[in-house]
Amino acid sequence: MSTKPVLAPSTDGTLSRRRFFAKLGILFNGFAAMVVAVPVVGFLFSSVTRGRTNGYLSWVPLGRIDEFPEGETRLATFRNPNVMPTDGKTVDTPCWVRHVAGEKFQVFAINCAHLGCPVRWFPQSGLFMCPCHGGAYYRDGARASGPPERGLFEYPYKVENGLVTIQAGELPTPGAAIASLTGEKPPCAS
Amino acid sequence: MRIMIGKIGEWFDHRLQLAAPIREAVEHPVPRNTASWFYVFGSAALTVFLLQLVTGILLALIYVPSAGEAWSSLQALNHQVALGWFIRAMHGWGSNFMVAIVLIHMTQVFLFGAHKFPRELTWIIGVFLLLMTLGMAFTGQVLRFDQDAYWGLGIGASIASRVPILGPAVVKLMLGGPIIAGATLSRFFALHVFVIPGMLIAFVSLHLLMVLKLGINEWPMPGRIVKRETYEAQYHALTKSEGAPFLPYAIWKDMFFAAFIILAIAACAYYFGPFGPTGQPDPTVIQTAPKPDYFFLWLYALLSLLPPSLETPFLLIVPPLVIIGLILLPFLSGEGEKSWKRRPIAVVTVLMIAITLGTFTRMAQLAPWSPRMNAWSGEPVPDRYIHGTTALERQGALVFQVKQCRNCHSLGDSGGQRGPALDSVAVRLTQDQLIRQVVQGGGNMPAYGNNLSPAETTALVAFLETLHPAAQSPARDAARDLALSESKPKSATQP
Repeated sequence: MSTKPVLAPSTDGTLSRRRFFAKLGILFNGFAAMVVAVPVVGFLFSSVTRGRTNGYLSWVPLGRIDEFPEGETRLATFRNPNVMPTDGKTVDTPCWVRHVAGEKFQVFAINCAHLGCPVRWFPQSGLFMCPCHGGAYYRDGARASGPPERGLFEYPYKVENGLVTIQAGELPTPGAAIASLTGEKPPCAS
Repeated sequence: MRIMIGKIGEWFDHRLQLAAPIREAVEHPVPRNTASWFYVFGSAALTVFLLQLVTGILLALIYVPSAGEAWSSLQALNHQVALGWFIRAMHGWGSNFMVAIVLIHMTQVFLFGAHKFPRELTWIIGVFLLLMTLGMAFTGQVLRFDQDAYWGLGIGASIASRVPILGPAVVKLMLGGPIIAGATLSRFFALHVFVIPGMLIAFVSLHLLMVLKLGINEWPMPGRIVKRETYEAQYHALTKSEGAPFLPYAIWKDMFFAAFIILAIAACAYYFGPFGPTGQPDPTVIQTAPKPDYFFLWLYALLSLLPPSLETPFLLIVPPLVIIGLILLPFLSGEGEKSWKRRPIAVVTVLMIAITLGTFTRMAQLAPWSPRMNAWSGEPVPDRYIHGTTALERQGALVFQVKQCRNCHSLGDSGGQRGPALDSVAVRLTQDQLIRQVVQGGGNMPAYGNNLSPAETTALVAFLETLHPAAQSPARDAARDLALSESKPKSATQP
């Protein structure tokens, strides 16, 4: 048995039998790694790729139209359409419903357009205020003051058979407002 | 008995062969003057890290990383499991101490020039260790799955979403789905318990190995210049001539300080108890004002104080620049003076960073930029501002409260501080200016034109006009006075 290391460069430039097999072994392992990498990467990025193929958004009912008095803004909650067994209460999502008139609504995300803190509605002054960095919005969701660079996020809505239904399913963030995903821009988007 | 132990020891060492390298490592000569209290922070950080490993594993015996049950498992730790509260408190206080000690260690190393040749890589790995420590702090805050953790994740997602093009994908990757939910907590658990600690153990080992191989940084002497060609020979001469074995010459100070830190953490844990959890992670409970843990308060302040248009570029550009700067530092100043006495810019930089972070942290504790959500209904108008006022002015005071002006403006030192205090607003603004400001807003104030009837505006402004110190007369528009007097019938103005 030779004591020469298997992978040491050969002196005469030829490829010995055992060096060939060592290289083949590396190649074979590389192939195995690639085969395994496909499902591993696919699993790791599944939360991203799923959003792109069939999407997370779906229509969810908020309540009957008469639960939202005309001219007022009320807090409503809905269950996020994608639920996993370990989600607990985190899938119960609040939103602000403004019944403008008739079948005209505005449904605002609870999340401030600055950094996502929960905004609170003050009917007396007609303002939404954010407790974190002091963002404020008017009753129609338009930016009033503070650090937000745009108005409140709005969910697309429709009124069917007396039910107010919104298209929801994703956390609204400054980088991807719900409305911009569906192709329509909210009136307050700058 | 001693002979017996010696024989057993020999039996093991004959197979393990570890005694000689360990002895060599702990008895390696170090420069005599490095046996100093300034050199104890690295070993203290390691000690706290080991403590965190132990308390972390203990917590994992009870904790459930499920969004539905994490909060109640923390409650069980606090109230049901014997001494669970103490282990939680140790882990929480340990993390505060860890961040603080790592920062102190880094400052000391920088001021003593230890990042210079040939210890550049030790410094760079140290920078990664700092980032991982902060990563542990943030992921740990998420595992304490309460209201603050829930909304803190939302803030993290909002920041991540601002990355150009990739933003939405980064958010879904971070949250493990479209919203903050069970998958989010599970992946932060994996990061906090497996990924980052694994990396920390590997990097800490490398960091330590290099300290052993390259030798501890000698005490910097002003005028003793580091040069690549000569440094290593000089260092070896130094350890030879005035060196002393690390054990026992220097190590006793490390040991004393490590024990002191462990006792300090235990004392804080005992007296102050565990952190939270605060309210349940239920998004429908919106009466909350989330704030980050201590070490990220400066960021909270920064995000309120930056001009809105600068925020996104700042968030996306400055952190990478800071990290690149820290990594490049040993290459930019790899030679030259080590002593902080001859490096004024280094000292000023450290002071500036410390003062800035300290100021931001303090401001974030006060948070003057946040409206006081309950001030309008909870804090009365001081008596002295109502005393002797007309019915109209009193009505105005009512409008002032009811329309939530108080949430942003203080009277008599109570109320929000988002806008200016209004105790002497009548001295600053004339009647016309007050009306304009209320109706049109501006200067970061919302316009109230749509939400105040003319009668309410008149009453409110009448009240605001009474707000001036007794000895100071309110602001007047002289031109308006003149115009009003000219428009009146002459008989009325003449005596």
